[in-house]
Amino acid sequence: MSILVDRQTRLLVQGITGREGSFHTAQMIEYGTNVVAGVTPGGAGKTVHGVPVFNTVEEAVRETGANTSIIYVPARFAPDAIYEAVDAGIALIVCITENIPTLDMVKVYHYVKQSGSRLIGPNCPGLITPGQAKVGIMPGYIHTPGPVGLVSRSGTLTYEVVHALTQAGLGQSTAVGIGGDPIIGTSFVDVLGMFEADPATRAIVMIGEIGGTDEERAAEYIKAHVSKPVVGFIAGRTAPPGKRMGHAGAIISGGQGTAAEKIAALNAAGVPVAESAQQVAELVREALG
Amino acid sequence: MNIHEYQAAEILKGYGIPINQGIVATTPDEVAAAAGQLGGTVVIKAQVHTGGRGKAGGVKLAHSPEEAREVGSRILGMDIRGHTVHKVLVAPGVNIAREYYLGVVIDRAARGITIMASSAGGVDIEEVARETPEKIHREAAHPFLGFHDYQARRLAFRLGIEPDLVGGFARIARQLFEAFVQSDASLAEINPLVLTADRTWLALDSKITIDDSALVRHPDLEQLRDLQEENATELEARAAGLSFVKLDGTIGCVVNGAGLSMATMDAIKRYGGEPANFLDVGGGASAEQVEKALRLVLADPNVRAVLINIFGGITRCDEVARGLLSAMDAVKPTVPFVIRLVGTNQDEGRRILADAGITVVDTMPEAAERVVAAAGAAA
Repeated sequence: MSILVDRQTRLLVQGITGREGSFHTAQMIEYGTNVVAGVTPGGAGKTVHGVPVFNTVEEAVRETGANTSIIYVPARFAPDAIYEAVDAGIALIVCITENIPTLDMVKVYHYVKQSGSRLIGPNCPGLITPGQAKVGIMPGYIHTPGPVGLVSRSGTLTYEVVHALTQAGLGQSTAVGIGGDPIIGTSFVDVLGMFEADPATRAIVMIGEIGGTDEERAAEYIKAHVSKPVVGFIAGRTAPPGKRMGHAGAIISGGQGTAAEKIAALNAAGVPVAESAQQVAELVREALG
Repeated sequence: MNIHEYQAAEILKGYGIPINQGIVATTPDEVAAAAGQLGGTVVIKAQVHTGGRGKAGGVKLAHSPEEAREVGSRILGMDIRGHTVHKVLVAPGVNIAREYYLGVVIDRAARGITIMASSAGGVDIEEVARETPEKIHREAAHPFLGFHDYQARRLAFRLGIEPDLVGGFARIARQLFEAFVQSDASLAEINPLVLTADRTWLALDSKITIDDSALVRHPDLEQLRDLQEENATELEARAAGLSFVKLDGTIGCVVNGAGLSMATMDAIKRYGGEPANFLDVGGGASAEQVEKALRLVLADPNVRAVLINIFGGITRCDEVARGLLSAMDAVKPTVPFVIRLVGTNQDEGRRILADAGITVVDTMPEAAERVVAAAGAAA
């Protein structure tokens, strides 16, 4: 078991003929992901790394039974790509694209929510269930199957923690990068709920950062609904207020969204917050006993 | 992107909002001329991208062109929270009866747009939110349908505005919402929105922040960028496609990924050092980006040591190592540096660096400890 992606995943790549789309399609196939289709408007009839390309998502779904989509199209086309995937009935949509305007995401978020599809991202590395399916841009080899579920707003910082867990002999059930934007399709709370319900997950690592209050809401949720041990990590203790730290969502504004508030909220919910990736691994090991 | 008050006012005027039309001046003579043109009492306001102008003495009244010249000469060149005043806005004095706050913001928790209004206008709204939150009234815009008339009226009624004035207030609220949406703003506020002694509405001060990710579709708004307000290195970094924030410490950071970059700064701090910058070279950490990043970081005279922290994922550590060597060779850093390189093919990457006489450390705590020591020794 795992969450969201596994051997049943039949993946569609939107933007498969682009540089990023094509490169990562090869990487995902190499990892063992079942990539069944690609979409590029006007690209029908081509194949990319052996994967058939279609003009529309609707056609790709009809012909291949794709149930998950990953989006590598540029920001100005990405909201449309998400709408197309939703309208074609894709259950899980993973959007890697960075720099989608926030007001576009307001509409996208609520449209996806009404549809019953799930969106991961945007501005995220995707997600991986080790040994089963990689739907993203993360280096697959650092992961190993095991009992730890990861959820994170970051990319390389997640790899860092996964690497430390793997080196400590702690494998992962699924690692989900939810994205660094102010408005994202899937929140910490959503993923925590899935890990809580997943029998293969025995401990959870949550990697947050400055900006917004999603970590605080996750802390409340953990207190009320999560019985499995959770270990936290929060980046940006030294970040100055009012400055965007790379990710569009990583900004302390109006005194809100500081690392100190998030750490305090997590501690109050009984979640220990590590100071390094190695310490995350130590705390997970202790929690698993 | 931040813009100046006078630029925000021009945008709002374009949406039909009555503004207190002023004149921008950059010299004391221009201030005096503007005061003469407007006549009577004028207010002279520093135009800088920071709040707290009033408390810092950047907003003053003047009753004659001569006084305006004198006030202007004091405000121009003044430092307000690290921002030098290059421009002032000279605006007519207004006979104020009441002051309100009206703002439109992105509400991250609700994944939507919220319109806020308060009868506690003219003061810092964050302070109002902290101390008397009951004085702030909110309406959530519908994600597809927007902000309805009835919602704008409801705000006015909640503020206790008299029936004959509700229409005018509601119109301004709707116009502000429209300006926010059309400009792809993340914040648009009028503070204060005043009711004058003769019962008309006037936007006395306004602020707009534009979503950086949306600027590509607003070339007109991009023109409003004030390069004097931005850190030169940050501008250079943006042009190079790097994400960079200048900080006050002595340890330069070159890291791939925003989260890892923040975590690196935190580790430096934990070992008693102070980061000189936030810098994300991008997840891929290409040789070209690393070279640009090193140059930027070393251009800061405060930097006494540099920490390069790269997680080699899809871009393998051996490629990163070769890139680092060519970047080092091109830049020839004159301060000590510590390299941490982890990930795909890390042994090969470290061997390449070791052959060049460069030691690579294993963990982030170890890297942070070493670079803090190196910066201390270099001091």
